[in-house]
Amino acid sequence: MQRTVLLAVMLALAAVAGSALAAPVNYKTPDEVAAFKPGPNLEVVQGNCSACHSSDYIATQPPMKDKKSFWQAEVTKMIKVYGAPIDDADVGKIVDYLAATY
Amino acid sequence: MFDRRDLLKGAGLAAVAATLNSTKALALDTVTLPFANGERPLVKYPQKRPMIGLTSRPPQLETPFAVFNDGPITPNNAFFVRYHLSDLPYDLDPDKFTLEVKGKVDKPLKLSLKDIRKMKATEIVAVNQCSGNSRGFFEPRVAGGQLANGAMGCARWRGIPLKSVLAMAGVQSGAKQVTFGGMDGPVSDKTPDFIKALDLDHATDGEVMLAYGMNGEDLPFLNGFPLRLIVPGYFGTYWVKHLNEITVIDNIYDGFWMKSAYRIPDTPNNAVEPGTAPKATIPINRFTIRSFITSVPDGARLKAGAVTLRGIAFDGGKGIKEVEVSTDGGKTWTRARLGKDLGKYAFREWKLPVKLAAGSHELKVRATGNGGETQPDTPRWNPAGYLRNVVETVRVTVA
Repeated sequence: MQRTVLLAVMLALAAVAGSALAAPVNYKTPDEVAAFKPGPNLEVVQGNCSACHSSDYIATQPPMKDKKSFWQAEVTKMIKVYGAPIDDADVGKIVDYLAATY
Repeated sequence: MFDRRDLLKGAGLAAVAATLNSTKALALDTVTLPFANGERPLVKYPQKRPMIGLTSRPPQLETPFAVFNDGPITPNNAFFVRYHLSDLPYDLDPDKFTLEVKGKVDKPLKLSLKDIRKMKATEIVAVNQCSGNSRGFFEPRVAGGQLANGAMGCARWRGIPLKSVLAMAGVQSGAKQVTFGGMDGPVSDKTPDFIKALDLDHATDGEVMLAYGMNGEDLPFLNGFPLRLIVPGYFGTYWVKHLNEITVIDNIYDGFWMKSAYRIPDTPNNAVEPGTAPKATIPINRFTIRSFITSVPDGARLKAGAVTLRGIAFDGGKGIKEVEVSTDGGKTWTRARLGKDLGKYAFREWKLPVKLAAGSHELKVRATGNGGETQPDTPRWNPAGYLRNVVETVRVTVA
């Protein structure tokens, strides 16, 4: 009897191990905790940049000598290359925030 | 959930980091990579041990370097993660997964995961390395993911040769390239989807494969579950994850991720004068040869006397011929003993017993490949921060 139970358990375990294709993945990433630093035009930056990526993408960039031209180039890349729908009026505000804050 | 081993690893990492000159640990859950603005959180994702968090959306995780001293195979739960675009297929259903093979083929295919797993399987041990691995060490610094040396790993991949799938579909005459798309994509339809291309000759060389297995298990979700492209010897940008679309084309693919991104200078050593732009570029391709000391971190304090140094080496597919070690800053070199050969695309372990007298020492390691390629003494530079393979130096204090 005990052996039968053991066998049943083993078969059940084998079925679980063999059914790697059973259910949707439903992968859960941890909560996003990184936040933009306070600074001028913060809400413009949050509204535009956060749509596609977390703020740590910005915060981990290297400290550059010419911050303004570095961030201008990055924002231009986001618009021209990655198609970020940023209003012309907001571009300067975003660059100013990034240069002043990061 | 953290398990005990993960916690110990985390504590070990913090302790190691605390001993370094150039590196400091702010807390158990933070590490500081040895370059300016190198503070990073240690983060815990499902199927992963605590990893160095680069970005959370899309998820990008770097392997803590101490892992590479544990052996030539990088565990699945420590393998680095790199995504470009934030729309990941978090809810994908492997039972409904379909790989489509289309374009210039006689018989377009739709294969389920079951179909793929029924085909004759093959295995290869191969290194995957992010093109931007070590970008944080570039001087002058460049924009992009600021990684130390942990965006690499070596695994035993199991799957089917791409060649078999293309043969099933019947590649038509005039075909030039094969493109690869995964289930992850951009948030905005204005952002170019991540598509990569290989020349047909390369795609049908029998080595490029579609992998569902990694180190005896299914691929972890963040490493491309349920299927990814394996391009041995080539940078990770080609190793498309969540692969579900293969298209044979009769032209050279000109999408953004081939034509504009992931380009290296078209110069003899793929480098340019630091801070300048190249005149012409080509798509990034094979790994440059690299080697690392894994047993001693930079800034370590060691006891005088005998110590065995160990580490790893790899290249773009010729295989490692020799590894030499210097304990005097590169004045004299001694050949190390190579470990087991797991194949020409794998990490090759090396070991060397040395004696260290009291004082400061610069330990260096240099690999030479079977093709004669070796590592430069000074770093090459390019604007995207690719291909770093300078001879690495570990500074130690011996007392």
